[in-house]
Amino acid sequence: MTMPLLQVQHLHMEFKTSRGTLRALNDVTFDVQPGEIFGIVGETGCGKTVTGLSILGLLPQSATITQGRILFDGNDLLKYSSKEMRKVRGAQIAMIFQDPTTSLNPVFTLGKQLSWVIREHFGISEKEARLRISQMFESVGLPDVERIMRSYPHQLSGGMQQRVMIALALACQPKLLIADEPTTSLDVTIQAQILALLKELCNRFGISIILITHNLGVIAKTCDRLAVLYAGRVVESGPTRDVFKNPQHPYTNGLMRAIPKPSRHGERMEVIPGTVPLNSGDVVGCAFAPRCKFTMERCRQETPTLEAVGYDHYAACFLREENRVG
Amino acid sequence: MRKLEFLIRRLLTSFLVLIGVSIITFALARIVPSNPAALYIGPRARPEDIERVSRELGLDKPITVQYIRYMKDVLHGDLGNSIATKRPVRQEISGRFPATLELLFTAMLLAVVIGVPLGVISAQWQGKWVDVIVRTSSIFGVSMPAFWLGLLVQIIFFRSLGWLPLSGRVDSDLRFTNPIEIITNFYLLDTILTHNWIAFKDVALHLVLPAFTLAAYPIGLIARMTRAAMIEVMGQDYIRSARAYGLPNRLIIYALALKNAIGPTLTVIGLTVAYSLTGAFFVEVIYNWPGLGLFTVHSLLNIDYPAIMGITLFGATGYIFINLIVDILQAWIDPRISLN
Repeated sequence: MTMPLLQVQHLHMEFKTSRGTLRALNDVTFDVQPGEIFGIVGETGCGKTVTGLSILGLLPQSATITQGRILFDGNDLLKYSSKEMRKVRGAQIAMIFQDPTTSLNPVFTLGKQLSWVIREHFGISEKEARLRISQMFESVGLPDVERIMRSYPHQLSGGMQQRVMIALALACQPKLLIADEPTTSLDVTIQAQILALLKELCNRFGISIILITHNLGVIAKTCDRLAVLYAGRVVESGPTRDVFKNPQHPYTNGLMRAIPKPSRHGERMEVIPGTVPLNSGDVVGCAFAPRCKFTMERCRQETPTLEAVGYDHYAACFLREENRVG
Repeated sequence: MRKLEFLIRRLLTSFLVLIGVSIITFALARIVPSNPAALYIGPRARPEDIERVSRELGLDKPITVQYIRYMKDVLHGDLGNSIATKRPVRQEISGRFPATLELLFTAMLLAVVIGVPLGVISAQWQGKWVDVIVRTSSIFGVSMPAFWLGLLVQIIFFRSLGWLPLSGRVDSDLRFTNPIEIITNFYLLDTILTHNWIAFKDVALHLVLPAFTLAAYPIGLIARMTRAAMIEVMGQDYIRSARAYGLPNRLIIYALALKNAIGPTLTVIGLTVAYSLTGAFFVEVIYNWPGLGLFTVHSLLNIDYPAIMGITLFGATGYIFINLIVDILQAWIDPRISLN
């Protein structure tokens, strides 16, 4: 394997709230290879978005990273000053967010918003910037460039807005794009288009993408490798095919069974009972134990760590030591 | 096309509001328990004189007829004659209004130029000492009565320090040394147009204290409003994405965020202009400023009802006009408004 583009190592992150400290990330470790699409999957509140924000250094003020390293191209981003970090954002790592309707500034034309970003990072003239913008718009499949540049966000559909967001994110040719639930707020047909677009851009420009989603179906279609997050911890990671064929953690297994399939028409949909504990700092033992079908005595006392279960395939579960997940 | 439609609709509603105001003021003036005709001729009038004047002024006609007649005159630009001065009310107003407008305009300029940046800085350093200072002083600005603040700054800057003149619009000696050539009746403008720099400096110095006194309330209000709006906007997704694209903080705050936050602030500015018009009346009395305020106070004390009605109508028109401008500005700043 080549040198990873991004390595997140043993990341711990806490929120200070009025009711004490809330541990949001607990020993999160994964890496992203150049040119791949890496999926991060998990339920709401398991720490997906804050993982993305940590990489970009955009965490709210109440959050502190207490431990760990985020190596990008071999450099620890956590050691960067805010000025250095600003140079990384947009130019090296870009991020797109869940809801394009609220992520674009409502009172400026799209052309203006794009030209700011491009001119900030390239220091080029308005005219050159416009040329680049029209190229970017074409590459994300937006027709009628001139009209869109003069438009305000509310004048476009959600799918088109997300394309503009992607164009904005790619404007400076970053090496890594973090896409946080990029399709969740869109129609199903538009979802497929946006995912296909991301895949195509990944191939064409050789950028790596971190795709954050709660939808395993999206991961299956799009990602090369993935990490499953539960209560601020990576519980399983590996190549998408291996994880899907042979899930090693009961949580991954449960998520996969919860994907609705036409072949199971008429059957009751499977769900994982219970919810994610919000504060993983409180948990003793495996955080998934209260919802797990296979909980053993040991699960309530010790916290399992990631162990290799196959080539580049890791899982944090004691079950394997006993027998295979059924 | 939609913008034009918006404008026409706003103008029409403004016109309806003005009609409403005219009805109310007219009715109020008639409800006041005093006989206008008696006031008109003075305390020693005989009953038959009062009756004659009543007839002359049309006061014996039914109230609706009186109103229609009054409105006809108003639309022809005739607001009637002042009972106290016997001169046309329109002339009284137009002669004094520039002084008030100059004061009001300077005060509002101060309020915006000081209030908006204060609000932004306060929001940017939310919870820090800068924020605490701005918030505390804006509470002072909002809650300090103008007459008290006026006296206070007069004591400090005139009596103790001697830096600024006590009252009036211009030094009376100037009439002989550097007389102001009246063109627009806005002294600042007139002195600039005639390159009368000595007079300009004098006029400007005379403006400082009254303008500041009048601006204190709007500064506080605008600063607080801007702060609240900025804090809300800075928490929006599009600000987070602007950061994710690596845009510099200064651009994010002063362009991206402020343009979004200025909408609610504009509304407040519009409202405070109207409020400050009444505030200006107090300030004018304190500083002996020869504007509408002094005239209004005298008219009220004399129950000079044509003058009071004229001033009210005039003020309401100004108020509606300012609100119209605010609405147009808002539609211009936020493209979503005119379309809804």
